[in-house]
Amino acid sequence: MKNVGIVIVSHSPKVAEGTADMVRQMVGEEVPLAWCGGNPEGGLGTQVGAIMEAIDKAWSEAGVAVLVDLGGAETNSEMAVEMIGEPRASRIVICNAPIVEGAVMAATEASGGASLRQVVATAHELAPA
Amino acid sequence: MMEARTRIDLSALITAVADTIAAHADELTALDQAIGDGDHGLNMKRGFEAVRAEAASLAEKPLPDAIKAIGTKLVMTVGGASGPLFGTLFMALGKEISPEPSRADFAAALGKANDAVAARGKSQIGQKTMLDVLYPVHAAVAAGKSLREIEAAADEAAEATKPMKAIRGRASFLGERSIGHVDAGARSTALIVRAITETLEPA
Repeated sequence: MKNVGIVIVSHSPKVAEGTADMVRQMVGEEVPLAWCGGNPEGGLGTQVGAIMEAIDKAWSEAGVAVLVDLGGAETNSEMAVEMIGEPRASRIVICNAPIVEGAVMAATEASGGASLRQVVATAHELAPA
Repeated sequence: MMEARTRIDLSALITAVADTIAAHADELTALDQAIGDGDHGLNMKRGFEAVRAEAASLAEKPLPDAIKAIGTKLVMTVGGASGPLFGTLFMALGKEISPEPSRADFAAALGKANDAVAARGKSQIGQKTMLDVLYPVHAAVAAGKSLREIEAAADEAAEATKPMKAIRGRASFLGERSIGHVDAGARSTALIVRAITETLEPA
């Protein structure tokens, strides 16, 4: 797949899966997509291992944009990127954007073959100033 | 005291820390429920039980490798923001520490590990986090304080987060309402410190 991949990381598996459903509705199979959320007991939370697997699943040579919800999702995603390491790490960007709108807009941009930089910029336009 | 470059019984330290976290899990969760998302006790317990399960093999590794492995295990099992934060503390400590550290070696390594946690959390002292315990503990270690003084410094520092207003983490969403509660991460850090000091030198 040449298009940028999208990863959705929420504390809630329902939010993550639901967001992924909305992305699929927009872009079908044009964009590599993966989601993760929840702790090992089935409660709310985020896990580094699950995020690493999701990035792997949505991997594209064009890179991956990660959409996160609250603080722990961001910190765990940063840790996951660091543990994945180079050469992949520099092609993974954690977006500063609302998770649902960011994922849908980023994926729509990605489906047109946009670069990682363009995909991330589209998501960042949604961030509160 | 550490000046003697004592051989550290890592297995005993892991057991003591895991026991303490398990015994205080409900308290940590209650602290986190007051101003956070209420998963701190369960998350920390899950992480340190995973470390405990590997205590025997960890104790056979050289100290730097063992501490790094503890950090990696915490990263992969704790979850929440605490996983990367406590994981980074141990990973960085393991990276910086020498195989048979003197007090000065340990102090230098802990200082760098604290800075790594600050970078990971994009935080600094005074923001009602674990850093508010880690830095005073580092200062006490570096100043050559006794283990009793170090554990007291940790407890006091955790308690001192009570009047602070949270700037980072979920508690910061509450703004002024975060004032009046001890930070859960600061409390768990102080518990870890005391478990270690009391194992090194029983009170």
